[in-house]
Amino acid sequence: MSASRAIPNQRVGEQHGDRILRYTLAERVNHWIGGLTYVYCLITGLAFWSPYMFWLSDLVGGGSTARFWHPWLGLVFSVSVLWMFKIWRSDMAINSADLAWKKAMPRYIRNEDEDLPPIWRFNYGQKLFFWVMLWGMILLLLSGFGLWFVEGIPWSLRWLRYLSVAVHVAAALVTIGAFIIHVYMGTAMVRGGFTSIIRGEVSEDWARLHHRLWYEQVTGKTPRK
Amino acid sequence: MTQAALQVVRISGHAGPVPGESVERAEQVCKLVDTTTCIGCKACEVACLEWNGYTFTETTFDNSYQTMPETAWNYWNLIKFNEHEREDGTLMLLMRKDQCMHCADPGCLAACPADSAIVQYANGIVDFQQEHCIGCGYCVSGCPFNIPKFNSQTKKMFKCTLCSDRVSEGLEPACIKSCPTGCLHFGTKDDMRELAEKRAHQLRENYGISTAGIYDPPGVGGTGVIYVLHDINNPEAYGGLPKDPQIPWVVKFWKGPAKWIGNLAMFFGVVGVTLHYLRFGPKQVHGPKLEGQVRSSGEKTDKNGGRS
Repeated sequence: MSASRAIPNQRVGEQHGDRILRYTLAERVNHWIGGLTYVYCLITGLAFWSPYMFWLSDLVGGGSTARFWHPWLGLVFSVSVLWMFKIWRSDMAINSADLAWKKAMPRYIRNEDEDLPPIWRFNYGQKLFFWVMLWGMILLLLSGFGLWFVEGIPWSLRWLRYLSVAVHVAAALVTIGAFIIHVYMGTAMVRGGFTSIIRGEVSEDWARLHHRLWYEQVTGKTPRK
Repeated sequence: MTQAALQVVRISGHAGPVPGESVERAEQVCKLVDTTTCIGCKACEVACLEWNGYTFTETTFDNSYQTMPETAWNYWNLIKFNEHEREDGTLMLLMRKDQCMHCADPGCLAACPADSAIVQYANGIVDFQQEHCIGCGYCVSGCPFNIPKFNSQTKKMFKCTLCSDRVSEGLEPACIKSCPTGCLHFGTKDDMRELAEKRAHQLRENYGISTAGIYDPPGVGGTGVIYVLHDINNPEAYGGLPKDPQIPWVVKFWKGPAKWIGNLAMFFGVVGVTLHYLRFGPKQVHGPKLEGQVRSSGEKTDKNGGRS
Protein backbone atom coordinates (compact mmCIF):
# COMPACT_ATOMS: atom_id res chain seq x y z
CA MET A 1 0.00 0.00 0.00
CA SER A 2 1.33 3.37 -0.84
CA ALA A 3 1.90 5.88 1.89
CA SER A 4 -0.66 8.23 0.43
CA ARG A 5 -3.39 5.65 0.92
CA ALA A 6 -2.19 4.65 4.38
CA ILE A 7 -2.23 8.26 5.52
CA PRO A 8 -5.34 9.84 4.01
CA ASN A 9 -5.16 13.42 2.89
CA GLN A 10 -7.99 14.67 5.05
CA ARG A 11 -9.33 18.15 5.53
CA VAL A 12 -11.44 19.20 8.50
CA GLY A 13 -15.00 19.83 7.39
CA GLU A 14 -15.02 17.57 4.32
CA GLN A 15 -18.34 15.80 3.85
CA HIS A 16 -19.20 12.19 3.18
CA GLY A 17 -22.95 11.94 2.71
CA ASP A 18 -24.44 13.54 5.78
CA ARG A 19 -21.24 12.97 7.78
CA ILE A 20 -18.78 15.78 8.35
CA LEU A 21 -15.13 15.22 9.15
CA ARG A 22 -14.50 16.86 12.52
CA TYR A 23 -11.03 15.50 13.33
CA THR A 24 -8.42 14.38 10.81
CA LEU A 25 -6.51 11.16 11.39
CA ALA A 26 -3.48 13.17 12.50
CA GLU A 27 -5.58 15.04 15.05
CA ARG A 28 -7.08 11.82 16.39
CA VAL A 29 -3.73 10.05 16.64
CA ASN A 30 -2.27 13.04 18.44
CA HIS A 31 -5.24 13.25 20.78
CA TRP A 32 -4.79 9.64 21.80
CA ILE A 33 -1.03 9.92 22.22
CA GLY A 34 -1.70 12.83 24.57
CA GLY A 35 -4.64 11.12 26.25
CA LEU A 36 -2.96 7.79 26.91
CA THR A 37 0.30 9.30 28.12
CA TYR A 38 -1.71 11.59 30.41
CA VAL A 39 -3.58 8.60 31.84
CA TYR A 40 -0.28 6.80 32.43
CA CYS A 41 1.14 9.81 34.24
CA LEU A 42 -2.13 10.14 36.16
CA ILE A 43 -2.10 6.54 37.39
CA THR A 44 1.58 6.60 38.36
CA GLY A 45 1.33 10.14 39.72
CA LEU A 46 -1.58 9.18 41.98
CA ALA A 47 0.50 6.23 43.19
CA PHE A 48 3.28 8.63 44.22
CA TRP A 49 0.72 11.06 45.64
CA SER A 50 -0.85 8.94 48.34
CA PRO A 51 0.06 5.73 50.20
CA TYR A 52 -3.60 4.74 49.81
CA MET A 53 -3.16 4.78 46.03
CA PHE A 54 0.37 3.34 45.85
CA TRP A 55 -1.19 0.04 44.74
CA LEU A 56 -1.92 1.74 41.40
CA SER A 57 1.79 1.40 40.63
CA ASP A 58 1.32 -2.39 40.67
CA LEU A 59 -0.99 -2.03 37.65
CA VAL A 60 1.89 -0.71 35.58
CA GLY A 61 4.72 -2.92 36.75
CA GLY A 62 5.57 -1.70 40.24
CA GLY A 63 6.89 1.46 41.87
CA SER A 64 10.36 1.49 40.31
CA THR A 65 9.03 0.89 36.81
CA ALA A 66 6.36 3.54 37.30
CA ARG A 67 8.99 5.98 38.54
CA PHE A 68 11.22 5.22 35.56
CA TRP A 69 8.55 5.79 32.88
CA HIS A 70 6.53 8.61 34.45
CA PRO A 71 8.92 11.39 33.38
CA TRP A 72 9.56 9.92 29.92
CA LEU A 73 5.87 9.52 29.09
CA GLY A 74 5.37 12.97 30.60
CA LEU A 75 7.76 14.23 27.93
CA VAL A 76 5.75 12.47 25.22
CA PHE A 77 2.59 14.07 26.65
CA SER A 78 4.28 17.48 26.54
CA VAL A 79 5.27 17.04 22.90
CA SER A 80 1.73 15.92 22.08
CA VAL A 81 0.20 18.99 23.73
CA LEU A 82 2.68 21.24 21.92
CA TRP A 83 1.61 19.61 18.67
CA MET A 84 -2.03 20.29 19.58
CA PHE A 85 -1.04 23.88 20.21
CA LYS A 86 0.49 24.02 16.75
CA ILE A 87 -2.54 22.62 14.93
CA TRP A 88 -5.36 24.01 17.09
CA ARG A 89 -4.13 27.36 18.38
CA SER A 90 -6.23 29.42 15.94
CA ASP A 91 -9.31 27.22 16.42
CA MET A 92 -8.85 27.57 20.19
CA ALA A 93 -8.62 31.37 20.33
CA ILE A 94 -11.53 32.71 22.33
CA ASN A 95 -13.72 34.96 20.15
CA SER A 96 -16.89 37.05 20.49
CA ALA A 97 -19.16 34.10 19.67
CA ASP A 98 -17.64 32.30 22.68
CA LEU A 99 -18.35 35.22 24.98
CA ALA A 100 -22.04 35.16 24.08
CA TRP A 101 -22.05 31.37 24.49
CA LYS A 102 -20.25 31.67 27.84
CA LYS A 103 -23.07 33.87 29.17
CA ALA A 104 -25.55 31.15 28.21
CA MET A 105 -23.46 28.33 29.69
CA PRO A 106 -25.98 27.47 32.47
CA ARG A 107 -28.37 26.50 29.67
CA TYR A 108 -25.69 24.28 28.12
CA ILE A 109 -25.20 22.60 31.49
CA ARG A 110 -28.97 21.96 31.66
CA ASN A 111 -28.82 20.44 28.15
CA GLU A 112 -30.98 23.24 26.69
CA ASP A 113 -28.75 23.22 23.64
CA GLU A 114 -31.32 24.61 21.20
CA ASP A 115 -31.25 27.99 22.94
CA LEU A 116 -27.49 28.56 22.75
CA PRO A 117 -25.75 31.21 20.65
CA PRO A 118 -24.00 29.68 17.60
CA ILE A 119 -20.27 28.96 17.84
CA TRP A 120 -17.36 27.82 15.70
CA ARG A 121 -15.41 24.55 15.76
CA PHE A 122 -14.91 24.44 19.56
CA ASN A 123 -17.05 25.75 22.37
CA TYR A 124 -15.85 27.92 25.24
CA GLY A 125 -15.52 24.93 27.61
CA GLN A 126 -13.38 22.98 25.13
CA LYS A 127 -11.18 26.02 24.64
CA LEU A 128 -10.83 26.49 28.38
CA PHE A 129 -9.84 22.83 28.71
CA PHE A 130 -7.27 23.24 25.95
CA TRP A 131 -5.63 26.26 27.58
CA VAL A 132 -5.71 24.69 31.06
CA MET A 133 -3.97 21.59 29.68
CA LEU A 134 -1.43 23.66 27.76
CA TRP A 135 -0.43 25.79 30.75
CA GLY A 136 -0.73 22.79 33.05
CA MET A 137 1.65 20.89 30.77
CA ILE A 138 4.16 23.75 30.79
CA LEU A 139 4.11 23.94 34.60
CA LEU A 140 4.24 20.15 34.98
CA LEU A 141 7.15 19.96 32.55
CA LEU A 142 9.22 22.67 34.24
CA SER A 143 8.52 21.45 37.79
CA GLY A 144 8.90 17.87 36.59
CA PHE A 145 12.50 18.55 35.62
CA GLY A 146 13.03 19.86 39.15
CA LEU A 147 11.73 16.60 40.60
CA TRP A 148 13.48 14.40 38.02
CA PHE A 149 16.90 15.98 38.58
CA VAL A 150 16.42 17.10 42.16
CA GLU A 151 20.08 16.53 43.01
CA GLY A 152 21.02 18.74 40.09
CA ILE A 153 19.54 21.68 42.00
CA PRO A 154 22.33 22.80 44.33
CA TRP A 155 21.66 22.91 48.07
CA SER A 156 22.00 26.68 48.05
CA LEU A 157 19.04 26.88 45.62
CA ARG A 158 17.01 24.28 47.49
CA TRP A 159 13.93 26.54 47.44
CA LEU A 160 13.70 25.43 43.80
CA ARG A 161 13.36 21.81 44.99
CA TYR A 162 10.43 22.80 47.19
CA LEU A 163 8.92 25.02 44.50
CA SER A 164 9.05 22.10 42.06
CA VAL A 165 7.09 19.91 44.46
CA ALA A 166 4.45 22.59 45.08
CA VAL A 167 4.02 23.53 41.41
CA HIS A 168 3.92 19.91 40.22
CA VAL A 169 1.22 19.00 42.74
CA ALA A 170 -0.88 22.12 42.15
CA ALA A 171 -0.68 21.89 38.35
CA ALA A 172 -1.45 18.17 38.43
CA LEU A 173 -4.56 18.69 40.57
CA VAL A 174 -5.87 21.44 38.28
CA THR A 175 -5.39 19.25 35.19
CA ILE A 176 -7.05 16.31 36.97
CA GLY A 177 -10.12 18.46 37.62
CA ALA A 178 -10.21 19.48 33.97
CA PHE A 179 -9.56 15.87 32.89
CA ILE A 180 -12.51 14.51 34.92
CA ILE A 181 -14.87 16.97 33.21
CA HIS A 182 -13.31 16.31 29.79
CA VAL A 183 -13.67 12.54 30.03
CA TYR A 184 -17.22 12.79 31.38
CA MET A 185 -18.32 15.15 28.63
CA GLY A 186 -16.47 13.33 25.88
CA THR A 187 -17.89 9.91 26.74
CA ALA A 188 -21.14 10.11 28.70
CA MET A 189 -22.54 13.60 28.32
CA VAL A 190 -22.08 14.73 24.73
CA ARG A 191 -23.28 11.82 22.65
CA GLY A 192 -21.45 11.63 19.35
CA GLY A 193 -18.36 13.31 20.76
CA PHE A 194 -16.51 10.10 21.57
CA THR A 195 -17.10 8.56 18.13
CA SER A 196 -15.86 11.78 16.55
CA ILE A 197 -12.46 11.52 18.26
CA ILE A 198 -12.27 7.81 17.34
CA ARG A 199 -13.49 7.81 13.72
CA GLY A 200 -13.33 11.51 13.06
CA GLU A 201 -16.86 12.12 11.82
CA VAL A 202 -20.04 13.69 13.18
CA SER A 203 -23.52 13.91 11.69
CA GLU A 204 -24.75 17.09 10.08
CA ASP A 205 -27.37 17.38 12.80
CA TRP A 206 -24.72 17.09 15.47
CA ALA A 207 -22.58 19.75 13.86
CA ARG A 208 -25.56 22.06 13.38
CA LEU A 209 -26.68 21.69 16.98
CA HIS A 210 -23.33 22.01 18.74
CA HIS A 211 -21.20 24.10 16.37
CA ARG A 212 -23.57 26.06 14.14
CA LEU A 213 -21.09 28.60 12.76
CA TRP A 214 -18.53 25.90 12.00
CA TYR A 215 -21.25 23.83 10.33
CA GLU A 216 -22.29 26.73 8.13
CA GLN A 217 -18.69 27.49 7.30
CA VAL A 218 -17.75 23.96 6.21
CA THR A 219 -21.02 23.08 4.45
CA GLY A 220 -21.66 26.47 2.92
CA LYS A 221 -25.28 26.25 4.05
CA THR A 222 -26.88 29.50 5.11
CA PRO A 223 -28.67 29.90 8.41
CA ARG A 224 -32.38 29.15 8.35
CA LYS A 225 -34.71 31.32 10.32
CA MET B 1 18.48 -4.10 54.62
CA THR B 2 15.81 -4.82 57.21
CA GLN B 3 17.32 -5.70 60.54
CA ALA B 4 15.19 -8.49 61.97
CA ALA B 5 16.39 -7.74 65.49
CA LEU B 6 15.24 -4.12 65.26
CA GLN B 7 11.61 -3.25 65.81
CA VAL B 8 10.15 -0.89 63.19
CA VAL B 9 8.20 2.06 64.63
CA ARG B 10 7.65 4.19 61.54
CA ILE B 11 7.21 3.24 57.85
CA SER B 12 7.26 5.52 54.81
CA GLY B 13 4.38 5.65 52.30
CA HIS B 14 2.46 3.24 54.44
CA ALA B 15 -1.33 2.95 54.53
CA GLY B 16 -2.19 1.20 57.76
CA PRO B 17 -0.75 0.43 61.19
CA VAL B 18 2.93 -0.01 61.99
CA PRO B 19 3.87 -3.14 63.94
CA GLY B 20 6.06 -1.49 66.54
CA GLU B 21 4.34 1.88 66.74
CA SER B 22 4.03 2.01 70.52
CA VAL B 23 7.22 0.21 71.41
CA GLU B 24 9.02 2.24 74.03
CA ARG B 25 11.25 -0.19 75.84
CA ALA B 26 14.06 0.07 73.30
CA GLU B 27 16.79 2.57 74.14
CA GLN B 28 17.39 5.34 71.64
CA VAL B 29 20.89 5.03 70.23
CA CYS B 30 23.02 8.07 69.53
CA LYS B 31 26.38 9.10 68.12
CA LEU B 32 28.17 11.93 69.88
CA VAL B 33 30.64 13.89 67.76
CA ASP B 34 32.93 16.18 69.73
CA THR B 35 34.16 18.64 67.11
CA THR B 36 36.59 20.13 69.63
CA THR B 37 38.72 16.98 69.66
CA CYS B 38 38.32 15.93 66.03
CA ILE B 39 41.65 16.14 64.15
CA GLY B 40 40.18 15.57 60.69
CA CYS B 41 42.10 12.33 60.11
CA LYS B 42 39.20 10.80 58.11
CA ALA B 43 39.64 7.37 59.71
CA CYS B 44 35.84 7.33 60.06
CA GLU B 45 35.46 7.94 56.31
CA VAL B 46 37.67 4.93 55.58
CA ALA B 47 36.00 2.72 58.16
CA CYS B 48 32.58 3.59 56.74
CA LEU B 49 33.66 2.61 53.22
CA GLU B 50 35.29 -0.59 54.42
CA TRP B 51 32.40 -1.81 56.55
CA ASN B 52 29.78 -0.98 53.96
CA GLY B 53 31.79 -2.49 51.11
CA TYR B 54 32.43 0.57 48.97
CA THR B 55 35.69 1.25 47.22
CA PHE B 56 37.43 4.59 47.06
CA THR B 57 36.33 6.83 44.26
CA GLU B 58 38.22 9.77 42.85
CA THR B 59 38.20 12.69 45.24
CA THR B 60 37.71 16.36 44.51
CA PHE B 61 40.34 18.94 45.44
CA ASP B 62 38.88 22.32 46.22
CA ASN B 63 41.60 24.10 48.20
CA SER B 64 40.57 22.23 51.31
CA TYR B 65 41.29 19.01 53.14
CA GLN B 66 37.74 17.93 52.43
CA THR B 67 37.46 14.71 50.41
CA MET B 68 34.53 15.92 48.28
CA PRO B 69 31.97 18.75 48.38
CA GLU B 70 29.21 16.70 49.96
CA THR B 71 28.34 13.11 50.84
CA ALA B 72 27.68 10.74 47.95
CA TRP B 73 25.52 7.65 47.47
CA ASN B 74 28.61 5.53 48.12
CA TYR B 75 30.30 7.96 50.54
CA TRP B 76 28.08 8.36 53.59
CA ASN B 77 30.54 9.85 56.03
CA LEU B 78 32.41 13.05 55.21
CA ILE B 79 34.52 15.35 57.34
CA LYS B 80 33.64 18.92 56.47
CA PHE B 81 36.52 21.38 56.83
CA ASN B 82 36.08 25.09 57.23
CA GLU B 83 38.69 27.79 57.84
CA HIS B 84 36.73 29.99 60.14
CA GLU B 85 37.81 33.53 60.96
CA ARG B 86 37.04 34.55 64.51
CA GLU B 87 35.93 38.06 65.37
CA ASP B 88 39.45 38.91 66.59
CA GLY B 89 40.84 37.97 63.18
CA THR B 90 42.45 34.68 64.26
CA LEU B 91 41.71 31.50 62.35
CA MET B 92 40.15 28.25 63.44
CA LEU B 93 40.09 25.08 61.36
CA LEU B 94 36.66 23.62 62.03
CA MET B 95 36.11 19.95 61.29
CA ARG B 96 32.78 18.20 61.49
CA LYS B 97 31.86 14.66 60.65
CA ASP B 98 28.85 14.95 58.34
CA GLN B 99 26.43 12.06 57.86
CA CYS B 100 22.77 11.24 58.27
CA MET B 101 21.51 12.80 61.51
CA HIS B 102 18.86 10.12 62.15
CA CYS B 103 16.20 12.68 63.06
CA ALA B 104 13.52 11.67 65.55
CA ASP B 105 11.11 13.31 63.10
CA PRO B 106 12.66 12.33 59.74
CA GLY B 107 11.79 14.51 56.74
CA CYS B 108 12.95 11.84 54.28
CA LEU B 109 10.47 9.35 55.71
CA ALA B 110 7.67 11.91 55.67
CA ALA B 111 8.32 12.73 52.00
CA CYS B 112 8.79 9.13 50.78
CA PRO B 113 5.85 7.74 48.75
CA ALA B 114 7.04 4.13 48.55
CA ASP B 115 5.67 1.75 51.14
CA SER B 116 8.47 0.61 53.50
CA ALA B 117 11.30 2.25 51.54
CA ILE B 118 12.26 4.19 54.67
CA VAL B 119 11.75 2.87 58.17
CA GLN B 120 12.54 4.12 61.64
CA TYR B 121 13.48 1.53 64.21
CA ALA B 122 12.50 1.69 67.86
CA ASN B 123 16.14 2.51 68.67
CA GLY B 124 15.83 5.67 66.57
CA ILE B 125 17.82 4.60 63.49
CA VAL B 126 16.32 5.81 60.21
CA ASP B 127 17.11 3.24 57.53
CA PHE B 128 16.56 3.08 53.76
CA GLN B 129 15.26 -0.24 52.43
CA GLN B 130 16.61 -0.31 48.90
CA GLU B 131 14.45 -3.26 47.86
CA HIS B 132 11.37 -1.03 48.32
CA CYS B 133 12.94 2.23 47.12
CA ILE B 134 11.61 3.46 43.76
CA GLY B 135 14.30 6.11 43.30
CA CYS B 136 11.95 9.09 43.08
CA GLY B 137 14.19 11.39 45.12
CA TYR B 138 11.39 12.84 47.28
CA CYS B 139 13.58 12.15 50.33
CA VAL B 140 16.09 14.62 48.89
CA SER B 141 13.42 17.32 49.16
CA GLY B 142 12.34 16.19 52.62
CA CYS B 143 15.79 16.13 54.25
CA PRO B 144 16.87 19.34 56.01
CA PHE B 145 20.52 18.17 56.01
CA ASN B 146 20.99 17.32 52.29
CA ILE B 147 21.90 13.70 53.01
CA PRO B 148 20.06 11.16 50.79
CA LYS B 149 21.89 10.53 47.52
CA PHE B 150 20.82 8.83 44.29
CA ASN B 151 22.68 5.98 42.61
CA SER B 152 21.91 6.48 38.94
CA GLN B 153 22.95 2.91 38.06
CA THR B 154 20.62 1.10 40.44
CA LYS B 155 18.07 3.96 40.64
CA LYS B 156 18.00 3.70 44.44
CA MET B 157 18.70 6.16 47.24
CA PHE B 158 21.45 5.62 49.78
CA LYS B 159 22.68 7.14 53.03
CA CYS B 160 24.31 6.29 56.36
CA THR B 161 22.52 3.40 58.09
CA LEU B 162 24.05 4.23 61.48
CA CYS B 163 25.45 0.74 60.93
CA SER B 164 22.05 -0.75 61.77
CA ASP B 165 23.50 -4.16 60.87
CA ARG B 166 26.27 -3.75 63.49
CA VAL B 167 24.05 -2.09 66.08
CA SER B 168 21.47 -4.87 65.85
CA GLU B 169 24.27 -7.27 66.80
CA GLY B 170 25.36 -5.17 69.73
CA LEU B 171 28.35 -3.56 68.01
CA GLU B 172 29.12 0.14 67.72
CA PRO B 173 29.08 1.79 64.27
CA ALA B 174 32.23 1.42 62.15
CA CYS B 175 33.07 5.13 62.28
CA ILE B 176 33.02 5.15 66.08
CA LYS B 177 35.24 2.08 66.19
CA SER B 178 37.89 3.74 64.05
CA CYS B 179 38.21 7.12 65.78
CA PRO B 180 41.76 7.55 67.16
CA THR B 181 41.12 10.61 69.34
CA GLY B 182 37.95 9.42 71.00
CA CYS B 183 36.00 12.38 69.67
CA LEU B 184 33.32 9.90 68.55
CA HIS B 185 31.16 8.19 71.13
CA PHE B 186 28.24 5.81 70.81
CA GLY B 187 25.61 4.81 73.33
CA THR B 188 22.09 5.61 74.42
CA LYS B 189 20.73 9.03 73.70
CA ASP B 190 20.51 9.78 77.43
CA ASP B 191 24.12 8.77 78.07
CA MET B 192 25.40 10.73 75.07
CA ARG B 193 23.47 13.84 76.13
CA GLU B 194 24.99 13.54 79.59
CA LEU B 195 28.50 13.08 78.23
CA ALA B 196 27.99 16.00 75.84
CA GLU B 197 26.76 18.24 78.67
CA LYS B 198 29.83 17.31 80.69
CA ARG B 199 32.16 18.11 77.82
CA ALA B 200 30.43 21.41 76.99
CA HIS B 201 30.59 22.36 80.66
CA GLN B 202 34.29 21.52 80.73
CA LEU B 203 34.91 23.66 77.63
CA ARG B 204 33.05 26.59 79.14
CA GLU B 205 34.54 26.36 82.64
CA ASN B 206 38.08 25.05 82.07
CA TYR B 207 38.96 26.23 78.58
CA GLY B 208 37.21 29.59 78.52
CA ILE B 209 35.11 28.69 75.45
CA SER B 210 32.00 30.40 76.74
CA THR B 211 29.94 29.63 73.64
CA ALA B 212 30.45 25.85 73.75
CA GLY B 213 27.24 23.87 73.57
CA ILE B 214 25.38 20.87 72.23
CA TYR B 215 23.73 20.60 68.83
CA ASP B 216 20.61 18.45 69.11
CA PRO B 217 18.07 20.41 67.04
CA PRO B 218 14.52 20.35 68.47
CA GLY B 219 13.00 21.34 65.07
CA VAL B 220 13.32 17.72 63.92
CA GLY B 221 12.56 16.27 67.35
CA GLY B 222 16.23 15.89 68.23
CA THR B 223 18.72 13.79 66.31
CA GLY B 224 20.47 10.46 66.62
CA VAL B 225 23.77 12.25 66.00
CA ILE B 226 24.61 15.11 68.34
CA TYR B 227 27.57 17.49 68.24
CA VAL B 228 29.60 19.38 70.79
CA LEU B 229 30.46 22.69 69.09
CA HIS B 230 32.83 25.45 70.23
CA ASP B 231 30.22 27.96 69.15
CA ILE B 232 26.68 26.73 69.45
CA ASN B 233 25.41 30.08 68.10
CA ASN B 234 27.06 29.56 64.73
CA PRO B 235 26.54 25.97 63.58
CA GLU B 236 26.62 27.12 59.93
CA ALA B 237 30.38 27.62 60.27
CA TYR B 238 30.76 23.85 60.66
CA GLY B 239 30.28 23.04 56.98
CA GLY B 240 26.74 24.36 56.76
CA LEU B 241 25.08 22.75 59.77
CA PRO B 242 21.64 24.41 59.74
CA LYS B 243 20.83 26.57 62.75
CA ASP B 244 17.22 25.47 63.11
CA PRO B 245 16.57 22.51 60.81
CA GLN B 246 12.94 21.72 60.08
CA ILE B 247 11.16 19.54 57.60
CA PRO B 248 10.51 22.09 54.80
CA TRP B 249 7.02 23.56 55.22
CA VAL B 250 6.20 22.77 51.59
CA VAL B 251 6.90 19.10 52.29
CA LYS B 252 4.79 19.21 55.48
CA PHE B 253 1.93 20.86 53.60
CA TRP B 254 2.28 18.46 50.68
CA LYS B 255 2.14 15.41 52.91
CA GLY B 256 -0.52 16.90 55.21
CA PRO B 257 -3.33 19.32 54.31
CA ALA B 258 -2.62 19.14 50.55
CA LYS B 259 -3.56 15.44 50.60
CA TRP B 260 -6.94 16.24 52.04
CA ILE B 261 -7.58 19.21 49.79
CA GLY B 262 -6.49 17.32 46.68
CA ASN B 263 -8.27 14.07 47.49
CA LEU B 264 -11.51 15.85 48.38
CA ALA B 265 -11.33 17.93 45.19
CA MET B 266 -10.82 14.82 43.04
CA PHE B 267 -13.57 12.96 44.92
CA PHE B 268 -16.08 15.76 44.53
CA GLY B 269 -15.08 16.17 40.88
CA VAL B 270 -16.12 12.58 40.18
CA VAL B 271 -19.23 12.90 42.36
CA GLY B 272 -20.11 16.17 40.62
CA VAL B 273 -20.09 14.78 37.08
CA THR B 274 -21.97 11.69 38.24
CA LEU B 275 -24.70 13.83 39.80
CA HIS B 276 -24.85 15.93 36.64
CA TYR B 277 -25.48 12.81 34.59
CA LEU B 278 -28.15 11.58 36.97
CA ARG B 279 -29.90 14.97 36.96
CA PHE B 280 -29.54 16.04 33.30
CA GLY B 281 -28.45 12.97 31.39
CA PRO B 282 -26.73 13.01 28.02
CA LYS B 283 -26.99 15.60 25.28
CA GLN B 284 -29.01 14.01 22.52
CA VAL B 285 -29.08 15.33 19.00
CA HIS B 286 -32.69 15.23 17.86
CA GLY B 287 -31.86 16.24 14.36
CA PRO B 288 -34.43 17.35 11.76
CA LYS B 289 -37.36 17.07 14.13
CA LEU B 290 -35.86 19.76 16.30
CA GLU B 291 -35.00 21.91 13.34
CA GLY B 292 -38.48 21.56 11.90
CA GLN B 293 -36.91 20.43 8.67
CA VAL B 294 -37.29 17.28 6.63
CA ARG B 295 -34.07 15.36 6.14
CA SER B 296 -32.95 15.22 2.58
CA SER B 297 -30.52 12.41 3.03
CA GLY B 298 -31.81 8.89 3.07
CA GLU B 299 -28.94 7.74 5.26
CA LYS B 300 -29.82 6.58 8.69
CA THR B 301 -28.23 8.26 11.67
CA ASP B 302 -28.96 7.26 15.23
CA LYS B 303 -30.47 9.84 17.50
CA ASN B 304 -27.22 10.35 19.33
CA GLY B 305 -25.54 11.65 16.25
CA GLY B 306 -23.17 8.71 16.29
CA ARG B 307 -22.71 6.27 13.48
CA SER B 308 -25.34 3.56 13.47
